[in-house]
Amino acid sequence: MSNIRVLVGTKKGAFILTADGRRKHWQVSGPHFAGWEIYHVKGSPVAPDRIYASQTSGWFGQIIQRSDDGGKTWNTPGSSPEELKSPDGFPKGESNKFAYAGKVGTHKWYDGTQHPWEFKRVWHIEPSLTDPDTAYAGVEDAAIFKTTDGGKTWQELAGLRQAKGHLWQPGAGGMAVHTILLDPKNPKRIYIAISAGGCFRSDDGGKTWKPITRGLKSPHELPDPDAEVGHCVHRIALHPSRPDVLFMQKHWDVMRTDNAGEQWQEVSGNLPSDFGFPIDVHAHEPETIFVVPIKSDSEHYPPDGKLRVYRSRTGGNEWEPLTKGLPQKDCYVNVLRDAMAVDSLEPCGVYFGTTGGQVYGSANGGNSWNAIVRDLPAVLSVEVQVLP
Amino acid sequence: MIRVVLPHHLRALARVNGEVQLAVESPVTLRAVLDALEARYPALRGTIRDHGTLTRRPFVRFFACKEDLSLEPPETPLPNAVASGEEPFLIVGAMAGG
Repeated sequence: MSNIRVLVGTKKGAFILTADGRRKHWQVSGPHFAGWEIYHVKGSPVAPDRIYASQTSGWFGQIIQRSDDGGKTWNTPGSSPEELKSPDGFPKGESNKFAYAGKVGTHKWYDGTQHPWEFKRVWHIEPSLTDPDTAYAGVEDAAIFKTTDGGKTWQELAGLRQAKGHLWQPGAGGMAVHTILLDPKNPKRIYIAISAGGCFRSDDGGKTWKPITRGLKSPHELPDPDAEVGHCVHRIALHPSRPDVLFMQKHWDVMRTDNAGEQWQEVSGNLPSDFGFPIDVHAHEPETIFVVPIKSDSEHYPPDGKLRVYRSRTGGNEWEPLTKGLPQKDCYVNVLRDAMAVDSLEPCGVYFGTTGGQVYGSANGGNSWNAIVRDLPAVLSVEVQVLP
Repeated sequence: MIRVVLPHHLRALARVNGEVQLAVESPVTLRAVLDALEARYPALRGTIRDHGTLTRRPFVRFFACKEDLSLEPPETPLPNAVASGEEPFLIVGAMAGG
């Protein structure tokens, strides 16, 4: 029987939840990196025991951690004795060095003036689909970096900031590349999303990028609601069998595109609110998608105090609430953008974490839910691995 | 030997318990101590000083002999009591929050 490993990043450390394929009885390990903010933890699809973690602190900055044994032990990449010395004899210790390439440049600041790019933290690490030593990091201030040596060093793919970066502007949560999607059918194609820059696509492995925002409308956030950049895209998701179809949870509006972002259509349909953060796609049904509606941009909790995942089996527009096992009164948690994931077992498992510290799991495609853990620190991210 | 006291999170990152002892050639300056610390514990690079500019991170403080040396230039000699190992050099996470 397969095993399941859920990787949870929280405001005060990382936790690893494990179960067998029945997904009924869970073990919890952690906190790893206790006391640090863990924005994201994700394993390599081709070497699942290779796991990358983004560890950050307002005091001590960014740390990249890597495990090669499924999360039992961790190291900052490049810190083994034989790796410590550079040719000039000075220690490398560069796994946490994220230096913008070339002239740093500026982006739009809160007051409308131009402001220099300043690295703050890594929000998301996306391991390569084919090479365990290659991974992409989405960072704040918004940029994308790549490692090809297992996280020892990172180089910016600076073409992204050429895509009208001077017009990007931070939202209340900062300005970060928070989503990176690698096209499993076209190794040159990468999608990324930025709050509040928009959605972008590269067709040459990350050298050049273009905004893919036609059809997005942000009448309450932007002076030009149809602007090419500046939309507050909260999350995008795809099914690996159909990478030209993307689903998006925008600040407001749930959207889809059927042509790799050339044109988007709204599919919010009968949702009680089309504001929210995460969105994900069922592992076996490319037209089945999940969102967690949040009341509004001013009130970041579920409508009516009821925690409801909404599922559409029609690729949007027609949505059903999934409530069994979820609190249906007095619930005022949020579910952040990177805090939902699906597993590839049959039936598909769905997982999400809340700012109240609960991690919920469903072993039946969302029909019913159980709290795997209830009292973790606020959950920032959830990823899941199926292990042989 | 120079005695350095790290804050809890940096001790965990460097995988040390208690004080760190470093051999630093004279003159024992702020920069020389931090260079020696990062050479011994590369995982600390970027956590105390910026990678590129080597400027102190805003919420890190340097104390020695009841003095705050955080705003002193990197070439500032540390007090004799620190250079002789009589007193430790303290790297401190600044107070923040309520």
